[in-house]
Amino acid sequence: MTAAPEPAAGGALPAGGVMRVMGAETEYGIHAPSAPSANATMMSARVVQAYAQVTRQRAAGGAETRWDYTDEEPLHDARGWTVDRGAAHPSQLTDQPPVLDAEAVALAYGREELELDGQDESGTLLMNMVLGNGARLYVDHAHPEYSSPEVTNPRDAVTWDAAGDLVALAAVRRLAADPDLPPVNLYKNNTDNKSVSYGSHENYLMPRSVPFGDIVRGLTPFFVTRQIFCGAGRLGIGQDASASGYQISQRADFFEAEVGLETTIRRPIINTRDEPHATADKYRRLHVIIGDANLSQVSNYLKFGTTAMVLSLIEAGLAPKVEVYEPVQALQTVSHDTSLTATLRLLDGRRVTALDLQWMYHEAAAKLAQDTGVGDAVDGDGHTHDVLERWATVLTQLDSNRAAAASSVEWLAKLSLLDGYRQRDNLDWDDARLGLVDLQWSDIRPEKGLYYRFLARDRMQRIVDDAAIVSAVGEPPADTRAFFRGKCISSFGKDVVGASWDSVIFDVPGYGRLQRVPTREPLRGTKTLTGALFERYREAGPFLAELLGHNTAPPAA
Amino acid sequence: MAGQEQTQPQSRDSQVDEDIPEAPPAPPEAQASASTEGVDDLLDEIDGVLESNAEEFVRAFVQKGGQ
Repeated sequence: MTAAPEPAAGGALPAGGVMRVMGAETEYGIHAPSAPSANATMMSARVVQAYAQVTRQRAAGGAETRWDYTDEEPLHDARGWTVDRGAAHPSQLTDQPPVLDAEAVALAYGREELELDGQDESGTLLMNMVLGNGARLYVDHAHPEYSSPEVTNPRDAVTWDAAGDLVALAAVRRLAADPDLPPVNLYKNNTDNKSVSYGSHENYLMPRSVPFGDIVRGLTPFFVTRQIFCGAGRLGIGQDASASGYQISQRADFFEAEVGLETTIRRPIINTRDEPHATADKYRRLHVIIGDANLSQVSNYLKFGTTAMVLSLIEAGLAPKVEVYEPVQALQTVSHDTSLTATLRLLDGRRVTALDLQWMYHEAAAKLAQDTGVGDAVDGDGHTHDVLERWATVLTQLDSNRAAAASSVEWLAKLSLLDGYRQRDNLDWDDARLGLVDLQWSDIRPEKGLYYRFLARDRMQRIVDDAAIVSAVGEPPADTRAFFRGKCISSFGKDVVGASWDSVIFDVPGYGRLQRVPTREPLRGTKTLTGALFERYREAGPFLAELLGHNTAPPAA
Repeated sequence: MAGQEQTQPQSRDSQVDEDIPEAPPAPPEAQASASTEGVDDLLDEIDGVLESNAEEFVRAFVQKGGQ
């Protein structure tokens, strides 16, 4: 194995607050209105392909890179075992590259079109890219997915997740300008309202020393209730939306278990997939599948910030000692109660509202942040104070001033629009126009997406400005290994043949073999540690030679 | 190994002038409010943005399973 890429150890993040290594994954809903029966996997591959064409315009030498599946372990369960491959659902086998064969292409557009252009395309369609900002853009099942680069705080999580929406938008624009292909719409939502759901996942790095049972106990009541500020809102009740009405969460009705490994069937509130994508004996990557995809920046910010804060509570052994009776049912009770007055039964007999539970977590988090000093407005870690303030503000508004909360809480913003239509036009909840409002809220095109119409009118608050988001489309975060990955792509893309969360693989002329640079420590490979190295070299060969600590000869792997 | 994407036709590049879209200019500190002021105006704008034939559009939005 080759040497670690950095000359010195990365520093740890301040503990006790919201800072930790985290990242977002967004699966976009995909639809071609002019070709409604088009194969979704094929269309998703075209989205990736389109973005590859966009980046080729910007990055000389090409910025596309294959994914390195070496360290994917989708069947490792955090509770301490591994599922037999034969017993796994096919959709769980995410460590194998998806294959888009001629048959799928033929199904998508018919044999004739396959004859015309599909033959060539079917063999070459790109399913995976690593981007210059450190993210991954790929085809996940039947959706295009953007996985953000690793960041260290919730503000950056918002920035690089929103950058993914611009990546997706660039692909949509590219396809729309191609006269030979049907235009493709992408939606940042989580259900087609016809019984299918697709995810937006969060990832948080935790020390492996924290017992998984503590995580389950500490997080479950929080996950049941955090939707009151980060739910994206959904028209229809039940997985197939067969009952009319409006609910807080896109995802709640699709959850059927408390704890489990699956992500596509019998979805659990706490997911146990245990692929650390890092040094496995030190870290676990907590894979959170219960969240809604957020366009609202405040909802997204609070989703990451408060969850990171609760993980700090769990690590400190200070999570509120509460247990919700039948949490799956409670999750749906909360989602279906837009009045926020429903009470949940706790195992100790108390009955509390979702707001009550959130205030318990806020109180504990504020105390820990004060005790550790990270929550100080001046001398703190620069993030925790703001998260705690906004968390409290939103909880207060949800209780007493919902009109104010609607400028930050996504489900309330969408509800205000639906209510406007209902009142003006006397519409019932099952009117198709309301269904269209619900869907089109999440269209990622600013001229069509109703969230973006709200944003343009300043009806939604911002956490980060547009310039920061645009910059994050091309630039990696400076303070994680994503910097190293992204800069390798943007500086030496033509010599990078593969990459993953914890490796970058070079094929450099003159080296007899591929050079796999492991990046197992998420807080190394930062700009501080490697920025000067990237500035010193224009060619991958000498860059690698200095990085790997030898002057000329390739290392023995 | 990186050859597969290099074989993609390049001719389309010149037809497209869209790159990463410019985001709309940032407003001053958002004074966002969901008050009823301007709701009629807002709905009028959104009327003009909504896809035509709502029923058919919503019905046709069918997704394959995801995570």
